[in-house]
Amino acid sequence: MLKLPIYLDNNSTTPMDPRVLEAMTPYFLQHYGNAASRNHPFGWEAEEAVDYARERVAKLIGAEPKEIIFTSGATEGDNLGIKGVFEMYASKGNHIITATTEHKAVLDTCKHIEKQGGEVTYLQVNAEGLIDLKELEAAIKPTTILIAIMYANNEIGTVMPMKEISAIARKNGVLVFSDATQAVGKIPVDVNKDGIDLMAFTAHKMYGPKGVGALYVRRKNPRVKVTAQMDGGGHERGMRSGTLNVPGIVGFGKACELCMLDMEADTKRITKLRDKLETALMLLEEAYVNGSREHRLPHVTNISFKHVEGEGLLMGFNKNIALSSGSACTSASLEPSYVLKALGLGDDLAHSSLRFGLSRFTNEEEIDYTIKAISETVIKLREMSPLWEMYKEGIDLSTIEWAHH
Amino acid sequence: MAYSDKVIDHYQNPKNVGTLDKANKNVGTGLVGAPECGDVMRLQIEVDDATGVITDAKFKTFGCGSAIASSSLATEWLKGKSVDDALKIDNMDLVEELNLPPVKIHCSVLAEDAIKAAINDYRIKNGLEAIKYEESLVH
Repeated sequence: MLKLPIYLDNNSTTPMDPRVLEAMTPYFLQHYGNAASRNHPFGWEAEEAVDYARERVAKLIGAEPKEIIFTSGATEGDNLGIKGVFEMYASKGNHIITATTEHKAVLDTCKHIEKQGGEVTYLQVNAEGLIDLKELEAAIKPTTILIAIMYANNEIGTVMPMKEISAIARKNGVLVFSDATQAVGKIPVDVNKDGIDLMAFTAHKMYGPKGVGALYVRRKNPRVKVTAQMDGGGHERGMRSGTLNVPGIVGFGKACELCMLDMEADTKRITKLRDKLETALMLLEEAYVNGSREHRLPHVTNISFKHVEGEGLLMGFNKNIALSSGSACTSASLEPSYVLKALGLGDDLAHSSLRFGLSRFTNEEEIDYTIKAISETVIKLREMSPLWEMYKEGIDLSTIEWAHH
Repeated sequence: MAYSDKVIDHYQNPKNVGTLDKANKNVGTGLVGAPECGDVMRLQIEVDDATGVITDAKFKTFGCGSAIASSSLATEWLKGKSVDDALKIDNMDLVEELNLPPVKIHCSVLAEDAIKAAINDYRIKNGLEAIKYEESLVH
């Protein structure tokens, strides 16, 4: 049975798996102790649950439990990882290398660091959304302390070559931080095989609860330290003070366990649905997939429909299908997505994109409905689009002098 | 953002979508906006020479729902109006009628610009001087 509305905005957040909620419930009502209370059973139970969750989180990314610092989410992880390294390694240098397509939590953290006297290099990406490894190596200088590159992009799903990036970093004695928010739980991520020293991720993108995440901090080869960004009780080995969100952490642990168990089967099924959706929508004229189709998360596709505007397009079906436009037009700003612009897309294509994020819970009926609804809306809006009419008449739109406001 | 019922209605059932023959002396065409800004409106009017009354109006718009609704409503208002009265259509009338939120006021400004551009195109074609308008303030 098809149930509306359909949720295809899973890069923003995923629904919680009912099995996760089930695991969490007792930690609200019965085992509500503070994990730092050492003198009674309530505290012991909470601590035990946190330890168990920590093991599960660590296992999913090939880490040791002691290398997991629980946070409130990926934004905090990005801030703690990057600012924490910048402060801790100040005597070694002040230069950080990142990319223009990073999430705002990384870019704005880097801007903050620039204001503090740090130096940041922003690498460009190619049309597929990938950085150039030679450019990366060339950007390293004696003062470089950190390379911060996301594992997979939130708008286009492009997966970066983390192994190659970390090999270059190692050779030059530079640490690697990765925002792996979109990748963990979706594709195999292994901090040792991938050579990552610090990594931020969050529960709510992998069927867990909102408000809890983790920062992985390597403990050997090399031993990495970050300066705490919050002062307080010295929780999480002094790196992140604050009473632990026990039910959230329990849910996070459960979500990691389920991702580990289900990843292979989920990926196979979701990839098939994603490919069906993409193939069908690409049958429309002048439709383009944004970013790499080869190096990409299995559940993501980002498609531009030329000569229709993203927000207008969404309006055709957003009562029944939850999607996001690559365009930031929904905000007060008229700027299209900086990620799509970084790929070299013209403003017209950047304004015409839709981002699809499928999940463990997406089914084929939903995909069939989506294909039909979007195809119909694109066709209808093109009938209404002066740009489409000009394109059909063979007019080169770039030769027109638009009234720029 | 929630759209008003009127915006939704114009989006779902746009009035007067289409194309008039721009080579026709009686047709004035206004093309405003730019693809990189995410809005392009083309608004056309057909004017009865003898009476100066707008007998037909058509639009095509690339843009969000509010831009489509603003141009759709504008064509409705234009039909049957004299060119002189058409010049009096103010973008704030469109804002009020469609209940546009502040971030969408630029859509109504664009529609007003399109009306004026169409009228000027018609005037120039018919040997009249183009009317000078104040620059739009919103952009």
